[in-house]
Amino acid sequence: MIVMTKDTMQIVREQDVVPFRNRVREYAAKIGMSLVNQTKLITAASELVRNMLKYANGGKVLIEIISKNAQTGVRLTFIDEGPGIANVQQAMQDGFSTGKSLGLGLPGTKRLVNEFDIKSTLGEGTTVTVIHWKNGR
Amino acid sequence: MSTTAQHLQKHRQRIIETWMKNQLTDAALRDDLMSNDELRSQSDELLTALLRAFNSGNFDDVYSSDYDQVIEILNDISITRARQGFSPRETGQYVISLKKAVNEVLEEELKDDPGALYQETRKTDSVLDSLSMITFETFIKGREEVIFRQTDEINEISTPVIRVWDGILALPIIGTLDSARTQIVMENLLQEIVNTGSSIAILDISGVPAVDSLVAQHLIKTVSATRLMGAECIISGIRAEIAQTIVHLGIDLSNIKTKATLASALQLAFSMTNVEVRKINRNAGFKLMK
Repeated sequence: MIVMTKDTMQIVREQDVVPFRNRVREYAAKIGMSLVNQTKLITAASELVRNMLKYANGGKVLIEIISKNAQTGVRLTFIDEGPGIANVQQAMQDGFSTGKSLGLGLPGTKRLVNEFDIKSTLGEGTTVTVIHWKNGR
Repeated sequence: MSTTAQHLQKHRQRIIETWMKNQLTDAALRDDLMSNDELRSQSDELLTALLRAFNSGNFDDVYSSDYDQVIEILNDISITRARQGFSPRETGQYVISLKKAVNEVLEEELKDDPGALYQETRKTDSVLDSLSMITFETFIKGREEVIFRQTDEINEISTPVIRVWDGILALPIIGTLDSARTQIVMENLLQEIVNTGSSIAILDISGVPAVDSLVAQHLIKTVSATRLMGAECIISGIRAEIAQTIVHLGIDLSNIKTKATLASALQLAFSMTNVEVRKINRNAGFKLMK
Protein backbone atom coordinates (compact mmCIF):
# COMPACT_ATOMS: atom_id res chain seq x y z
CA MET A 1 0.00 0.00 0.00
CA ILE A 2 1.37 3.40 -0.98
CA VAL A 3 0.41 6.63 0.77
CA MET A 4 0.23 9.46 -1.74
CA THR A 5 -0.98 12.50 0.18
CA LYS A 6 -1.13 13.02 3.90
CA ASP A 7 -2.84 15.62 6.06
CA THR A 8 -3.74 15.93 9.73
CA MET A 9 -6.55 17.93 11.28
CA GLN A 10 -7.11 18.68 14.92
CA ILE A 11 -10.70 18.42 16.07
CA VAL A 12 -11.47 20.23 19.30
CA ARG A 13 -14.82 21.94 18.85
CA GLU A 14 -18.11 21.27 17.11
CA GLN A 15 -17.25 24.08 14.71
CA ASP A 16 -14.39 21.94 13.37
CA VAL A 17 -16.79 19.34 11.97
CA VAL A 18 -17.86 21.25 8.86
CA PRO A 19 -14.35 22.31 7.72
CA PHE A 20 -13.19 18.76 8.33
CA ARG A 21 -16.00 17.33 6.23
CA ASN A 22 -15.20 19.78 3.44
CA ARG A 23 -11.57 18.68 3.54
CA VAL A 24 -12.61 15.03 3.21
CA ARG A 25 -14.90 15.96 0.33
CA GLU A 26 -11.99 17.75 -1.35
CA TYR A 27 -9.80 14.65 -1.11
CA ALA A 28 -12.57 12.34 -2.29
CA ALA A 29 -13.30 14.61 -5.26
CA LYS A 30 -9.59 14.82 -6.08
CA ILE A 31 -9.33 11.09 -6.73
CA GLY A 32 -12.54 11.17 -8.77
CA MET A 33 -14.89 9.44 -6.34
CA SER A 34 -18.52 9.42 -7.43
CA LEU A 35 -21.07 11.56 -5.62
CA VAL A 36 -22.69 8.60 -3.87
CA ASN A 37 -19.37 7.32 -2.59
CA GLN A 38 -18.29 10.81 -1.59
CA THR A 39 -21.47 11.21 0.43
CA LYS A 40 -21.00 7.82 2.08
CA LEU A 41 -17.44 8.63 3.08
CA ILE A 42 -18.34 12.11 4.31
CA THR A 43 -21.24 10.80 6.37
CA ALA A 44 -19.00 8.13 7.90
CA ALA A 45 -16.38 10.77 8.66
CA SER A 46 -19.02 12.99 10.19
CA GLU A 47 -20.26 10.16 12.46
CA LEU A 48 -16.80 9.29 13.69
CA VAL A 49 -15.72 12.85 14.26
CA ARG A 50 -18.88 13.55 16.24
CA ASN A 51 -18.23 10.47 18.36
CA MET A 52 -14.73 11.72 19.00
CA LEU A 53 -16.04 15.11 20.11
CA LYS A 54 -18.82 13.71 22.24
CA TYR A 55 -16.98 10.96 24.07
CA ALA A 56 -13.33 12.00 23.99
CA ASN A 57 -13.50 15.82 23.79
CA GLY A 58 -11.86 15.78 20.40
CA GLY A 59 -8.70 14.34 18.93
CA LYS A 60 -6.95 14.29 15.60
CA VAL A 61 -7.69 12.86 12.21
CA LEU A 62 -5.23 11.70 9.59
CA ILE A 63 -6.49 12.05 6.02
CA GLU A 64 -4.58 10.09 3.41
CA ILE A 65 -4.93 9.19 -0.22
CA ILE A 66 -3.71 5.63 -0.61
CA SER A 67 -3.10 3.30 -3.50
CA LYS A 68 -3.19 -0.48 -3.48
CA ASN A 69 -3.44 -2.96 -6.34
CA ALA A 70 -4.07 -0.17 -8.86
CA GLN A 71 -6.91 1.17 -6.72
CA THR A 72 -6.98 4.58 -5.13
CA GLY A 73 -8.93 5.45 -2.05
CA VAL A 74 -9.15 7.70 0.97
CA ARG A 75 -8.06 6.48 4.38
CA LEU A 76 -9.15 8.31 7.51
CA THR A 77 -7.60 7.58 10.89
CA PHE A 78 -9.37 9.00 13.93
CA ILE A 79 -7.14 9.09 16.99
CA ASP A 80 -8.39 10.22 20.37
CA GLU A 81 -7.12 10.00 23.92
CA GLY A 82 -10.53 9.62 25.48
CA PRO A 83 -11.79 7.09 28.01
CA GLY A 84 -11.88 4.24 25.48
CA ILE A 85 -14.72 1.83 24.74
CA ALA A 86 -15.38 -0.84 27.39
CA ASN A 87 -16.98 -3.34 25.06
CA VAL A 88 -16.22 -2.77 21.39
CA GLN A 89 -18.40 -5.67 20.30
CA GLN A 90 -21.38 -4.15 22.07
CA ALA A 91 -20.63 -0.69 20.64
CA MET A 92 -20.72 -2.18 17.15
CA GLN A 93 -24.31 -3.38 17.60
CA ASP A 94 -27.17 -1.39 16.09
CA GLY A 95 -29.04 0.66 18.63
CA PHE A 96 -26.49 0.49 21.44
CA SER A 97 -25.50 3.85 22.86
CA THR A 98 -24.11 5.02 26.18
CA GLY A 99 -25.15 8.53 25.18
CA LYS A 100 -28.68 9.40 24.18
CA SER A 101 -28.14 8.95 20.46
CA LEU A 102 -29.64 6.52 17.97
CA GLY A 103 -26.74 4.10 18.47
CA LEU A 104 -26.09 3.84 14.74
CA GLY A 105 -22.80 5.71 14.52
CA LEU A 106 -20.27 2.88 14.66
CA PRO A 107 -22.26 0.06 13.03
CA GLY A 108 -23.66 2.47 10.44
CA THR A 109 -20.21 3.76 9.61
CA LYS A 110 -18.98 0.21 9.11
CA ARG A 111 -21.71 -0.35 6.54
CA LEU A 112 -20.93 2.92 4.75
CA VAL A 113 -17.24 2.33 4.10
CA ASN A 114 -15.22 -0.44 2.47
CA GLU A 115 -12.83 -1.15 5.31
CA PHE A 116 -13.32 -0.46 8.97
CA ASP A 117 -11.06 -1.11 11.92
CA ILE A 118 -11.41 -0.09 15.55
CA LYS A 119 -8.95 -0.40 18.39
CA SER A 120 -9.73 0.80 21.86
CA THR A 121 -7.97 0.59 25.20
CA LEU A 122 -9.78 1.66 28.34
CA GLY A 123 -8.26 4.81 29.77
CA GLU A 124 -5.95 5.31 26.80
CA GLY A 125 -8.14 6.11 23.86
CA THR A 126 -9.63 4.86 20.66
CA THR A 127 -8.32 4.65 17.10
CA VAL A 128 -10.71 4.10 14.23
CA THR A 129 -9.45 3.58 10.69
CA VAL A 130 -11.72 3.60 7.67
CA ILE A 131 -10.88 3.17 3.99
CA HIS A 132 -13.16 3.95 1.10
CA TRP A 133 -12.02 3.07 -2.41
CA LYS A 134 -12.68 5.27 -5.41
CA ASN A 135 -15.24 2.92 -6.99
CA GLY A 136 -16.76 2.03 -3.64
CA ARG A 137 -15.76 -1.64 -3.78
CA MET B 1 7.25 64.61 38.13
CA SER B 2 9.45 61.81 36.86
CA THR B 3 12.43 62.71 34.71
CA THR B 4 11.21 60.63 31.81
CA ALA B 5 7.97 62.56 31.76
CA GLN B 6 9.90 65.83 31.87
CA HIS B 7 12.03 64.92 28.91
CA LEU B 8 9.08 63.81 26.92
CA GLN B 9 6.86 66.73 27.90
CA LYS B 10 9.53 69.13 26.75
CA HIS B 11 9.62 67.54 23.34
CA ARG B 12 5.96 66.76 23.06
CA GLN B 13 5.64 68.55 19.74
CA ARG B 14 8.58 66.66 18.29
CA ILE B 15 7.20 63.32 19.40
CA ILE B 16 3.90 63.97 17.77
CA GLU B 17 5.58 65.14 14.55
CA THR B 18 7.87 62.11 14.40
CA TRP B 19 5.01 59.81 15.28
CA MET B 20 2.82 61.28 12.57
CA LYS B 21 5.69 61.03 10.11
CA ASN B 22 6.23 57.39 11.03
CA GLN B 23 2.58 56.67 10.56
CA LEU B 24 2.27 58.54 7.31
CA THR B 25 5.35 56.99 5.71
CA ASP B 26 4.25 53.50 6.67
CA ALA B 27 3.21 51.75 3.48
CA ALA B 28 0.27 50.21 5.27
CA LEU B 29 -1.38 53.55 6.06
CA ARG B 30 -5.02 53.52 5.11
CA ASP B 31 -5.86 57.07 4.15
CA ASP B 32 -8.94 55.68 2.49
CA LEU B 33 -10.33 54.68 5.88
CA MET B 34 -9.25 57.68 7.94
CA SER B 35 -8.26 61.27 7.18
CA ASN B 36 -4.93 62.73 8.33
CA ASP B 37 -6.63 65.29 10.53
CA GLU B 38 -8.57 62.61 12.28
CA LEU B 39 -5.40 60.59 12.76
CA ARG B 40 -3.59 63.61 14.18
CA SER B 41 -6.27 64.53 16.69
CA GLN B 42 -6.53 60.89 17.75
CA SER B 43 -2.76 60.64 18.19
CA ASP B 44 -2.65 63.94 20.03
CA GLU B 45 -5.28 62.83 22.49
CA LEU B 46 -3.49 59.56 23.16
CA LEU B 47 -0.11 61.22 23.67
CA THR B 48 -1.57 63.71 26.14
CA ALA B 49 -3.09 60.91 28.17
CA LEU B 50 0.11 58.89 27.99
CA LEU B 51 2.32 61.75 29.18
CA ARG B 52 -0.07 62.35 32.06
CA ALA B 53 0.24 58.70 33.01
CA PHE B 54 4.06 58.87 32.75
CA ASN B 55 3.89 61.86 35.08
CA SER B 56 2.60 59.64 37.85
CA GLY B 57 5.94 57.83 37.77
CA ASN B 58 4.27 54.48 37.39
CA PHE B 59 6.04 52.48 34.70
CA ASP B 60 5.36 49.00 36.03
CA ASP B 61 1.66 48.41 35.93
CA VAL B 62 -0.36 49.57 32.94
CA TYR B 63 -3.47 48.09 34.49
CA SER B 64 -3.40 50.54 37.40
CA SER B 65 -5.72 53.53 37.49
CA ASP B 66 -2.95 55.84 36.23
CA TYR B 67 -3.36 54.35 32.79
CA ASP B 68 -7.15 54.15 32.77
CA GLN B 69 -7.53 57.02 30.36
CA VAL B 70 -4.79 55.79 28.02
CA ILE B 71 -6.32 52.33 27.84
CA GLU B 72 -9.76 53.76 27.32
CA ILE B 73 -8.58 55.80 24.34
CA LEU B 74 -6.63 52.86 22.94
CA ASN B 75 -9.59 50.52 23.28
CA ASP B 76 -11.73 53.03 21.53
CA ILE B 77 -9.27 53.35 18.66
CA SER B 78 -8.80 49.57 18.32
CA ILE B 79 -12.48 48.75 18.27
CA THR B 80 -13.24 51.51 15.80
CA ARG B 81 -10.41 50.33 13.59
CA ALA B 82 -11.50 46.69 13.76
CA ARG B 83 -14.98 47.70 12.63
CA GLN B 84 -13.64 49.99 9.91
CA GLY B 85 -11.72 47.07 8.46
CA PHE B 86 -8.12 47.93 9.41
CA SER B 87 -5.74 44.98 9.44
CA PRO B 88 -4.13 43.90 12.74
CA ARG B 89 -0.78 45.02 11.35
CA GLU B 90 -2.03 48.54 10.71
CA THR B 91 -3.51 48.76 14.16
CA GLY B 92 -0.43 47.33 15.85
CA GLN B 93 1.81 49.71 13.91
CA TYR B 94 0.00 52.61 15.56
CA VAL B 95 1.47 52.01 19.02
CA ILE B 96 4.76 50.65 17.73
CA SER B 97 5.42 53.81 15.74
CA LEU B 98 4.78 55.86 18.89
CA LYS B 99 7.42 53.79 20.64
CA LYS B 100 9.89 54.66 17.89
CA ALA B 101 9.14 58.34 18.21
CA VAL B 102 9.54 58.28 22.01
CA ASN B 103 12.81 56.40 21.70
CA GLU B 104 14.14 58.89 19.19
CA VAL B 105 13.48 61.82 21.51
CA LEU B 106 14.98 60.07 24.53
CA GLU B 107 18.05 59.15 22.51
CA GLU B 108 18.60 62.75 21.53
CA GLU B 109 17.95 64.06 25.02
CA LEU B 110 20.20 61.60 26.84
CA LYS B 111 22.93 61.02 24.29
CA ASP B 112 25.60 61.96 26.83
CA ASP B 113 24.40 59.51 29.44
CA PRO B 114 24.05 56.01 28.02
CA GLY B 115 23.23 54.54 31.42
CA ALA B 116 20.25 56.84 31.94
CA LEU B 117 19.19 56.39 28.33
CA TYR B 118 19.08 52.63 28.84
CA GLN B 119 17.05 52.97 32.02
CA GLU B 120 14.57 55.41 30.51
CA THR B 121 14.14 53.47 27.27
CA ARG B 122 13.57 50.29 29.19
CA LYS B 123 10.84 51.89 31.26
CA THR B 124 8.98 53.48 28.36
CA ASP B 125 9.45 50.36 26.22
CA SER B 126 7.83 48.10 28.76
CA VAL B 127 4.83 50.40 29.06
CA LEU B 128 4.43 50.80 25.32
CA ASP B 129 4.85 47.07 24.74
CA SER B 130 2.06 46.36 27.20
CA LEU B 131 -0.05 48.99 25.49
CA SER B 132 0.46 47.43 22.08
CA MET B 133 -0.57 44.08 23.56
CA ILE B 134 -3.75 45.68 24.85
CA THR B 135 -4.36 47.18 21.42
CA PHE B 136 -4.11 43.74 19.87
CA GLU B 137 -6.35 42.12 22.40
CA THR B 138 -9.00 44.76 21.94
CA PHE B 139 -8.65 44.62 18.19
CA ILE B 140 -9.32 40.89 18.21
CA LYS B 141 -12.22 41.39 20.59
CA GLY B 142 -13.66 43.95 18.17
CA ARG B 143 -13.35 41.49 15.31
CA GLU B 144 -14.91 38.71 17.37
CA GLU B 145 -17.88 40.93 18.08
CA VAL B 146 -18.33 41.33 14.33
CA ILE B 147 -18.23 37.53 13.95
CA PHE B 148 -20.70 36.95 16.78
CA ARG B 149 -23.08 39.45 15.28
CA GLN B 150 -22.85 37.72 11.92
CA THR B 151 -23.43 34.30 13.50
CA ASP B 152 -26.56 35.64 15.11
CA GLU B 153 -27.71 37.11 11.83
CA ILE B 154 -27.07 33.85 10.00
CA ASN B 155 -28.98 31.88 12.61
CA GLU B 156 -31.84 34.28 12.33
CA ILE B 157 -32.14 34.28 8.55
CA SER B 158 -31.31 30.62 8.04
CA THR B 159 -34.56 29.21 9.36
CA PRO B 160 -37.46 30.90 7.61
CA VAL B 161 -40.89 29.37 7.91
CA ILE B 162 -42.86 29.98 4.72
CA ARG B 163 -46.60 29.73 4.43
CA VAL B 164 -46.97 28.14 1.00
CA TRP B 165 -50.69 27.49 1.15
CA ASP B 166 -53.53 27.86 3.57
CA GLY B 167 -52.69 25.34 6.28
CA ILE B 168 -49.39 24.28 4.73
CA LEU B 169 -45.99 25.50 5.99
CA ALA B 170 -42.63 24.94 4.31
CA LEU B 171 -39.30 25.16 6.04
CA PRO B 172 -36.19 25.00 3.87
CA ILE B 173 -33.15 23.95 5.89
CA ILE B 174 -29.80 25.04 4.51
CA GLY B 175 -26.46 24.03 5.98
CA THR B 176 -25.59 21.67 8.78
CA LEU B 177 -28.28 20.78 11.24
CA ASP B 178 -26.64 20.78 14.65
CA SER B 179 -28.30 20.74 18.05
CA ALA B 180 -28.45 24.53 18.38
CA ARG B 181 -30.00 25.02 14.96
CA THR B 182 -32.47 22.20 15.42
CA GLN B 183 -33.65 23.98 18.51
CA ILE B 184 -34.24 27.21 16.54
CA VAL B 185 -35.87 25.35 13.65
CA MET B 186 -38.17 23.48 16.00
CA GLU B 187 -39.14 26.57 17.97
CA ASN B 188 -39.87 28.61 14.83
CA LEU B 189 -41.84 25.80 13.27
CA LEU B 190 -43.97 25.01 16.30
CA GLN B 191 -44.66 28.68 16.91
CA GLU B 192 -45.71 29.17 13.31
CA ILE B 193 -47.99 26.11 13.47
CA VAL B 194 -49.77 27.72 16.41
CA ASN B 195 -49.90 31.15 14.75
CA THR B 196 -51.30 29.98 11.43
CA GLY B 197 -53.23 26.95 12.57
CA SER B 198 -51.49 24.91 9.90
CA SER B 199 -51.97 21.18 9.72
CA ILE B 200 -49.04 20.25 7.47
CA ALA B 201 -45.37 21.20 7.65
CA ILE B 202 -42.86 20.39 4.93
CA LEU B 203 -39.20 20.21 6.01
CA ASP B 204 -37.02 20.56 2.96
CA ILE B 205 -33.48 19.27 3.41
CA SER B 206 -32.19 19.88 -0.15
CA GLY B 207 -29.65 22.29 1.31
CA VAL B 208 -28.31 19.94 3.98
CA PRO B 209 -24.99 18.58 2.69
CA ALA B 210 -24.85 15.36 4.72
CA VAL B 211 -27.35 13.51 6.84
CA ASP B 212 -25.58 11.56 9.56
CA SER B 213 -27.24 9.88 12.50
CA LEU B 214 -27.19 13.05 14.61
CA VAL B 215 -28.92 15.09 11.90
CA ALA B 216 -31.42 12.26 11.41
CA GLN B 217 -32.09 12.15 15.11
CA HIS B 218 -32.75 15.90 15.11
CA LEU B 219 -35.13 15.51 12.16
CA ILE B 220 -37.01 12.69 13.89
CA LYS B 221 -37.36 14.82 17.03
CA THR B 222 -38.72 17.76 15.02
CA VAL B 223 -41.24 15.50 13.31
CA SER B 224 -42.37 14.02 16.65
CA ALA B 225 -42.82 17.47 18.15
CA THR B 226 -44.85 18.60 15.14
CA ARG B 227 -47.08 15.53 15.50
CA LEU B 228 -47.67 16.29 19.15
CA MET B 229 -49.02 19.65 18.03
CA GLY B 230 -51.52 17.81 15.86
CA ALA B 231 -49.84 18.62 12.57
CA GLU B 232 -48.32 16.25 10.03
CA CYS B 233 -44.74 16.58 8.82
CA ILE B 234 -43.34 15.72 5.40
CA ILE B 235 -39.58 15.65 4.76
CA SER B 236 -38.63 16.58 1.22
CA GLY B 237 -35.45 17.13 -0.74
CA ILE B 238 -33.89 13.75 -0.09
CA ARG B 239 -31.32 13.34 -2.83
CA ALA B 240 -30.34 9.95 -4.27
CA GLU B 241 -26.96 9.84 -2.54
CA ILE B 242 -28.49 10.87 0.77
CA ALA B 243 -31.12 8.14 0.47
CA GLN B 244 -28.43 5.50 -0.04
CA THR B 245 -26.40 6.81 2.87
CA ILE B 246 -29.40 6.80 5.21
CA VAL B 247 -30.16 3.18 4.30
CA HIS B 248 -26.56 2.08 4.90
CA LEU B 249 -26.42 3.91 8.19
CA GLY B 250 -29.52 2.00 9.22
CA ILE B 251 -31.64 5.02 10.07
CA ASP B 252 -35.32 4.17 10.11
CA LEU B 253 -37.40 6.93 8.56
CA SER B 254 -40.24 4.62 7.50
CA ASN B 255 -42.67 6.25 9.94
CA ILE B 256 -42.09 9.61 8.33
CA LYS B 257 -43.53 10.76 5.03
CA THR B 258 -40.62 11.59 2.74
CA LYS B 259 -40.46 12.92 -0.82
CA ALA B 260 -37.63 13.59 -3.25
CA THR B 261 -38.65 17.14 -4.12
CA LEU B 262 -40.50 20.01 -2.54
CA ALA B 263 -42.96 19.90 -5.46
CA SER B 264 -43.99 16.32 -4.78
CA ALA B 265 -44.22 17.06 -1.06
CA LEU B 266 -46.54 19.96 -1.85
CA GLN B 267 -48.62 17.68 -4.05
CA LEU B 268 -48.91 15.18 -1.20
CA ALA B 269 -49.88 17.99 1.15
CA PHE B 270 -52.59 19.11 -1.27
CA SER B 271 -54.07 15.64 -1.48
CA MET B 272 -53.97 15.34 2.33
CA THR B 273 -55.89 18.59 2.71
CA ASN B 274 -58.25 17.71 -0.16
CA VAL B 275 -57.06 20.54 -2.35
CA GLU B 276 -56.90 20.03 -6.06
CA VAL B 277 -54.70 22.04 -8.40
CA ARG B 278 -55.80 21.84 -12.02
CA LYS B 279 -54.63 23.25 -15.30
CA ILE B 280 -57.31 25.35 -16.98
CA ASN B 281 -57.58 25.08 -20.72
CA ARG B 282 -58.23 28.70 -21.61
CA ASN B 283 -58.45 28.00 -25.32
CA ALA B 284 -61.24 25.49 -24.80
CA GLY B 285 -63.21 28.10 -22.87
CA PHE B 286 -62.64 30.63 -25.60
CA LYS B 287 -63.96 28.27 -28.26
CA LEU B 288 -67.07 27.54 -26.24
CA MET B 289 -67.84 31.21 -25.93
CA LYS B 290 -67.59 31.58 -29.64
